[in-house]
Amino acid sequence: MLLIHCPYCDETLPEAEFTYAGQAHIVRARTPSDQTDAEWEEFLFIRENVRGPHFERWRHFHGCGRYFNAVRDTVSDRFLTTYKAGEPRPDLSELEGRA
Amino acid sequence: MSRYRVPGKGRVDAARPVGFTFDGAAYHGLAGDTVASALLANGVHLMGRSFKYHRPRGPVSAGSEEPNALIGTRRGPGRFEPNTRATMQEVWEGLQTTSQNKYPSLRFDIGAVNDAAYMLFSAGFYYKTFKWPQSFWHKVYEPFIRAAAGLGVAPAEEDPDHYASRYLHCDLLIVGAGPAGLAAAVEAAGRGLSVAIVDENAEAGGTLLSEPQAVIDGQKAWDWLAQTLKHLKAAGVRVMTRTTAFGYYHQNMIGLVQKLTDHLAAPSADLPRERLWRVRARQVVLAQGALEKPLIFNGNDRPGVMLAGSAQTYLNRYGVRVGDEAVVVTSHDSAWYAAFDLADAGTRIKAIVDTREKVSEDLLSAARLRGIETRLSHSVTATGGRLRLAHVTVNEVDCGQVREGQRIYCDCLLMSGGWTPSLHLFSHTKGSLQWDADLTTFLPKDTPEDCVIAGAGRGLWGIGAALNDGTEQARAALRALGVEGAGGVHAVDHDRSGSGTTMRELPTDRNPGRAKAFVDYQNDVTAKDLRLAVREGMRSIEHVKRYTTNGMATDQGKMSNINGLNIAADALGKPQPEVGLTTFRPPYTPTSFGAFAGYHRGDHFEVVRKTQIDPWAEEHGAVFENVAQWRRARYFPKPGEDMDAAVRRECAAVRASVGIFDASTLGKIEVVGPDAVEFMNRMYTNPWTKLAPGRCRYGLLLGDDGFIRDDGVIGRLSQDRFHVTTTTGGAARVMNMMEDYLQTEWPDLNVWLTSTTEEWSTVALNGPDAATLLQPFVEGVDLTEDAFPHMSCIECTVAGLPARLFRISFTGEVGFEVNVPAPYGRQLWETLWQAGQRHDICAYGTETMHVLRAEKGYIIVGQDTDGTVTPYDAGMGWAVGKKKPDFVGMRGLARPDLTAEGRKQLVGLLTKDGSKLEEGAQIVFDPDQPIPMKMVGHVTSSYDIGTTERPIALALIEGGHDRMGETVHIPMPDRTIAATITGTVFVDPENARLKIRGESA
Ligand SMILES: [Zn+2]
Repeated sequence: MLLIHCPYCDETLPEAEFTYAGQAHIVRARTPSDQTDAEWEEFLFIRENVRGPHFERWRHFHGCGRYFNAVRDTVSDRFLTTYKAGEPRPDLSELEGRA
Repeated sequence: MSRYRVPGKGRVDAARPVGFTFDGAAYHGLAGDTVASALLANGVHLMGRSFKYHRPRGPVSAGSEEPNALIGTRRGPGRFEPNTRATMQEVWEGLQTTSQNKYPSLRFDIGAVNDAAYMLFSAGFYYKTFKWPQSFWHKVYEPFIRAAAGLGVAPAEEDPDHYASRYLHCDLLIVGAGPAGLAAAVEAAGRGLSVAIVDENAEAGGTLLSEPQAVIDGQKAWDWLAQTLKHLKAAGVRVMTRTTAFGYYHQNMIGLVQKLTDHLAAPSADLPRERLWRVRARQVVLAQGALEKPLIFNGNDRPGVMLAGSAQTYLNRYGVRVGDEAVVVTSHDSAWYAAFDLADAGTRIKAIVDTREKVSEDLLSAARLRGIETRLSHSVTATGGRLRLAHVTVNEVDCGQVREGQRIYCDCLLMSGGWTPSLHLFSHTKGSLQWDADLTTFLPKDTPEDCVIAGAGRGLWGIGAALNDGTEQARAALRALGVEGAGGVHAVDHDRSGSGTTMRELPTDRNPGRAKAFVDYQNDVTAKDLRLAVREGMRSIEHVKRYTTNGMATDQGKMSNINGLNIAADALGKPQPEVGLTTFRPPYTPTSFGAFAGYHRGDHFEVVRKTQIDPWAEEHGAVFENVAQWRRARYFPKPGEDMDAAVRRECAAVRASVGIFDASTLGKIEVVGPDAVEFMNRMYTNPWTKLAPGRCRYGLLLGDDGFIRDDGVIGRLSQDRFHVTTTTGGAARVMNMMEDYLQTEWPDLNVWLTSTTEEWSTVALNGPDAATLLQPFVEGVDLTEDAFPHMSCIECTVAGLPARLFRISFTGEVGFEVNVPAPYGRQLWETLWQAGQRHDICAYGTETMHVLRAEKGYIIVGQDTDGTVTPYDAGMGWAVGKKKPDFVGMRGLARPDLTAEGRKQLVGLLTKDGSKLEEGAQIVFDPDQPIPMKMVGHVTSSYDIGTTERPIALALIEGGHDRMGETVHIPMPDRTIAATITGTVFVDPENARLKIRGESA
């Protein structure tokens, strides 16, 4: 069982308190009706299949209930970092060596 | 006492004999014995039959790696366990054990004919033998495989034991309480750290239990052991025996299973059988030692053939000689010591056969001293004896030439192919391995976890090396914890560190194609099978493993993996590190389902949610069904009624007078805040801005892909407050989805979401008499068409209780839903039930609710929709707000596929012959087309009872909305049913019954 740091609670807690919520930084357009079919398809269905650091969302479901973002290495299954929703993507080069 | 028991030897208690049975025969062992050691003390080696060939087998080891001696154990009524390792199960008075894989008896087995049919079962036999002809599959091959597959017999009774689980957080966990682990614990003890050391055996000590001759720091090994354990316990170290570390998981979480009762004759009923520990350790020391390798030669599985180190354990730990006359065959020094110990205890060692040309002069002189014949550069090429070893054939190997064999009569053959570090848990950490050419084995290299490995686990042989490495590695772990250890060196006399070489198959003068030289005893895989797999094209060790099943049995290849690798590498002509080792996975040893299930069994397997009204339903004979986690009353049968009769009566009562229904399980979410209406506009398809406080609307929730996710009636209580209802099963999903959009897409909206499902008890009244019944209890509103029309809501008082009253209908009748604070649900229910008696009030359940709603064409999300249905497909385009700038799913609805012609659409179906359709049945347009037919939809809901004259159904059919009146066909196994496509509303299409009667609205 992984240990996950909730950036809102600022606590490192067992995975069982959290739920996975898909790839991070997929923004729903402010005006979806302006989106082309291809753009909307991309938003709905197209996801990365990363070997290595993956930007993803988690929810502290049995805790504060907040959604937050994380970088997890899909090879080692290690969390490189977690950060609050709305914060920019962290620079991967600064996370190297954490896996 | 049997002649195989050596007085004064071992750690068993000669004063405490223990009676047990094996295959019905009574035996005596001593307290401290395992089933294996006790049977060996009685001269019994034959303990089972092998899995595939049903060959007679005896224990080859003395520990948890045992592949052969698997038995069934019975610990009283209901307590039967198959595949228990006889080498681990401790004996106690009254224990009943049985052998496995035999028919009709262990000594005479019909399945042993498989042994003669060897060619049929060689590598890949599943893939080759049974592939042709196809018609044989069902009648011949599959029944045969099913009968033959599996080890032992699954217990038929429910397990009466209970299982516990606990968490442990500690600074240092040490796995293995042999010399390395104990030295590590000594180094860590008394430094203010929480330290735990675990061992799978009944007592701590590991190798020390088998080597009492060693002297550690001037103390005899067993005295040192006793004193060390006393010291550790006094220093607060948690010492756990009979505790297996079965898996090493992420971030230093280790799973332990502690066996608490299997060794007790009369355990307290309060004691759990096993306890699962989830340990989170800051640092871990793996000190699991090494496993001895068997040698690979023809007939190396005959009962009486055993690992030399295990024979030494049986002698020194249990006081049992495994035979009277032994031959030893080895490529490693350690077996020589086993021979000496046995010789000193009275077993005649008829020869030590060593594959090496040279061994140390010390060993040779020690053998000479005991009068033991030694044969260097020799091989064993055959064994004989029916159910027990009777003789072995020994051959000189001269410059690669195997000379003619010589038969030596003996009753046991002790073998050693050297030692393999136990890397299982280390491998679970995704630790990398490094090939050591000198030791011909993999050694641990790097691991991403906070763990170190000590002693024989990293190829250090001997008690002294293990002790000192344990200290050293613990010191490294302590340093990582910021604690400085003391270090120090243990001095060991009479240590037996030795060396050896690694063999593949032993040299033989026979046709290797006819040799039965077993590599994996449990899965009956021979060296020949491995070479055949390579010849047939398997290149990766993972393919060789799966094709031959080498290492895939319940022992997980503890003995076979490294020998299998050496042979496969030779066959491939590659060095071992290029071939690679197969992956070890948890659990280290077979682990009971009970341990994993823990407390989560029976009533505690899953939460059963019950409403406040549930006890009333139970008292009134309701039949229940599970909906999501809720237990809901399905129908209320009167004496003699089946479900159909009860539902027919309940439906009629609702349409005739009034029915009462517990709707408390409906999901409820309170949406509150200045931006609540904007939030609702964005979440739901419907427009909410113009909905006045005090009014309700049916809400439809889509995903952004445009498909229906959920629905429910939503009341606007005030400008900034909505009472949202969801489906019973969808409540958590909808809440999660709302939170997701609110938190991450629209964080600017000032809205609060609260799940209120369990805050309210909800009583629904439906039927023409509903208003008359309810009116006397309502304060604050007149239940008339003018004052409180359909789709109204209000906060008022009902029966003296604060209430939220909704006028809504899921039946097509006049309907009210009364929400009161949850604890008052039953009080309200009983009040209305009493008052309703003069209206012939009828309590109805979910089945009647389903029928009544289907008669009106009201959908159930998840039954009439399947995640690919749009509001338009469902005929509910009216619920979509066309003028809104956006809502979840709006852009999705405009996707080309969702606007295309020929989508499946929800329609009604009436069968021509008046029969009832099956839900899920597939629909075709042309029943005469060739098979496979083109399926154009399926039946989503179907009922033959209710208030219509004939059975009704709902279905999703391609282009259904434009096919009204057309005939479709539903092929069933026995016949094809024709049905006419209709609208979805079967009762009261004008909605006249929704109006309160006796009024001019
Ligand atoms: Zn949190």
